[in-house]
Amino acid sequence: MEMNNMNMSSQQDSAKSPSGLKILWRELVRDKLALVSLILLILIIVFVYGVSFIMDEKEIVKVDLFAIHEPPSEEFILGTDYGGRDVFGQLIIGTRNSLSIGFIVTLLSGMIGITFGLIAGFFGGHIDNVLMRILDFFQVLPFIMLVIVFVSIVPNYTILAFSLIFTAFSWMGIARLIRSKALQEKELDYVQASRTLGTSNFKIIFREVMPNISSLIIVTLTLNLASNIGLESGLSFLGFGFPESTPSLGTLLSYATNPQTLEHRWWIWVPAAVMILVLMLAVRNVGEALRRATDARQRRG
Amino acid sequence: MWKFIVRRLIITFPQLIVLSIIIFLMAQAMPGDALTGLVDPNIDRAAIEEQREKLGLNDPWHIKYVDWISGIFQGDLGQSFRYKMEVTELVEQRMINTFWLSVATLIFTYIIAVPLGIISGRYNDTLLDSSITGYTYIGFATPLFIFALVMLWIFGYQLQWFPTGGSVAPGTEPGTIDYVMSKINHLLLPALSIALIQTVSTVQYLRSEIVDTKQRDFVITARAKGASESRVYNRHILRNSLLPIAAFFGYEITMLITGTIFVEQIFSFPGMGQLFIESVLQRDFSVVNAVVLLFGAAAILGALISDIILSVVDPRIRIK
Repeated sequence: MEMNNMNMSSQQDSAKSPSGLKILWRELVRDKLALVSLILLILIIVFVYGVSFIMDEKEIVKVDLFAIHEPPSEEFILGTDYGGRDVFGQLIIGTRNSLSIGFIVTLLSGMIGITFGLIAGFFGGHIDNVLMRILDFFQVLPFIMLVIVFVSIVPNYTILAFSLIFTAFSWMGIARLIRSKALQEKELDYVQASRTLGTSNFKIIFREVMPNISSLIIVTLTLNLASNIGLESGLSFLGFGFPESTPSLGTLLSYATNPQTLEHRWWIWVPAAVMILVLMLAVRNVGEALRRATDARQRRG
Repeated sequence: MWKFIVRRLIITFPQLIVLSIIIFLMAQAMPGDALTGLVDPNIDRAAIEEQREKLGLNDPWHIKYVDWISGIFQGDLGQSFRYKMEVTELVEQRMINTFWLSVATLIFTYIIAVPLGIISGRYNDTLLDSSITGYTYIGFATPLFIFALVMLWIFGYQLQWFPTGGSVAPGTEPGTIDYVMSKINHLLLPALSIALIQTVSTVQYLRSEIVDTKQRDFVITARAKGASESRVYNRHILRNSLLPIAAFFGYEITMLITGTIFVEQIFSFPGMGQLFIESVLQRDFSVVNAVVLLFGAAAILGALISDIILSVVDPRIRIK
């Protein structure tokens, strides 16, 4: 009841209806869990990128045979791994790499997915039908397997190649969501009006429809960021993500496939596991709050 | 309804064909072919070349593709470079293990999902419901491989309730009760790890479905007739909510495949997923292709089964 009252009064305060982005921001601030998550995320990002800027990456990935498997101590805050490398340093760099690849893949797959979805939804009919069958096919394939196979047959394996392969098999969810929204949007008056005025389809799609569904796009990309971070660390865990010289959070976890490490040397893999969980939960909290904001029925304030 | 099934089948065949072409092209991009690793390096180059010509390894790609496809229909998936045996034979052993792992996982998934979903939907917005929702929220964000590692660490190493690897205790005779029990014992922890994570989306779906159905007119009618609360739930609401869940099992196959790849690796369980990772690492590409083909076909057929069951259960889908 109190919620409703607050809702009413806040709506009366703002005479003109608030823009989509403003609603997103307001919902985010109202939801304490999401706000704390967002602050935590920003702190982690600033800390990780800041520290890795100062830290010498070469020094950290250098093998030191005199310091193998050392437990946490004064010198090594989180101990060392089987190559005598500082786990804390690897955790920082790993988090940075995982976050970076998460951002890159989310952005790239977002671009492909949004374009694909907008075109399918906007034109409808046969174009939509053909595009959706292609999408169905991609979506039913076992994602992890194809990425692994492609990663293993690419000759010059780089981070760029990895993100491109990853993107090629992860744009479908976004495309499907955007398409269903675009289908609704194209029936609205402003699109019809624009058409009558002779605006080109390209312009209507990207200058008019896309800004109108921007809040949905932001929400989808945020939720995708969380799952991409998880998938990347999963692939690195299996050994098909980054090469070992560029550690990711998954690389640290993959040391735990050695039973000795899993059982007795928790400092190598537990921090990375906790870090992945914290990142995924925090991004998801923010994403869920944003999602509630886009759906007026679920809005909290 | 038949119209829908036929139309759905018409979509499935191109999917299978495109899948096979993708895998074939992947195989072409991989280093080595059917002869590499089989021939003695001392044999004359010209003789090898002659042999290649005879085996059709120098043909254009579409002829090779037809050869390859017809081989598959005769059950010929090629030779494993590492194990020096027929891929068909190798895959068969592993497939049985993965099959039972999947069955156990599916059973656990539904055993967990149905009661939790029903409780959560029936008593929504209670403490019990919020704890179940909390579990699904966290479960959704937890990557499977981390969860499986933690399960292995806690129940395998710390508490030692379950074996930590393999699919059967060494030294047990096949066919005895001990053998079966040991197999089941080795299955439990990996299956439970996948199920506890995979089940969360089903729980969420069942919950929202029940919460939705609860307010429908026919439920109110049933209550007005004087049907007891348990009858309303068991006879009226569940019949409407459970069927879509049952139909989802085909879609779960794609998730199961991802699950088995990670979990078999973590629990060193000798199944298809582990075979796949091993073969990729060892560059044993004929095995890789066979596994991708089988898993891909399984995923496509799973989606087909689910769509058909759903169309039977929910007539609204057929209209499109």
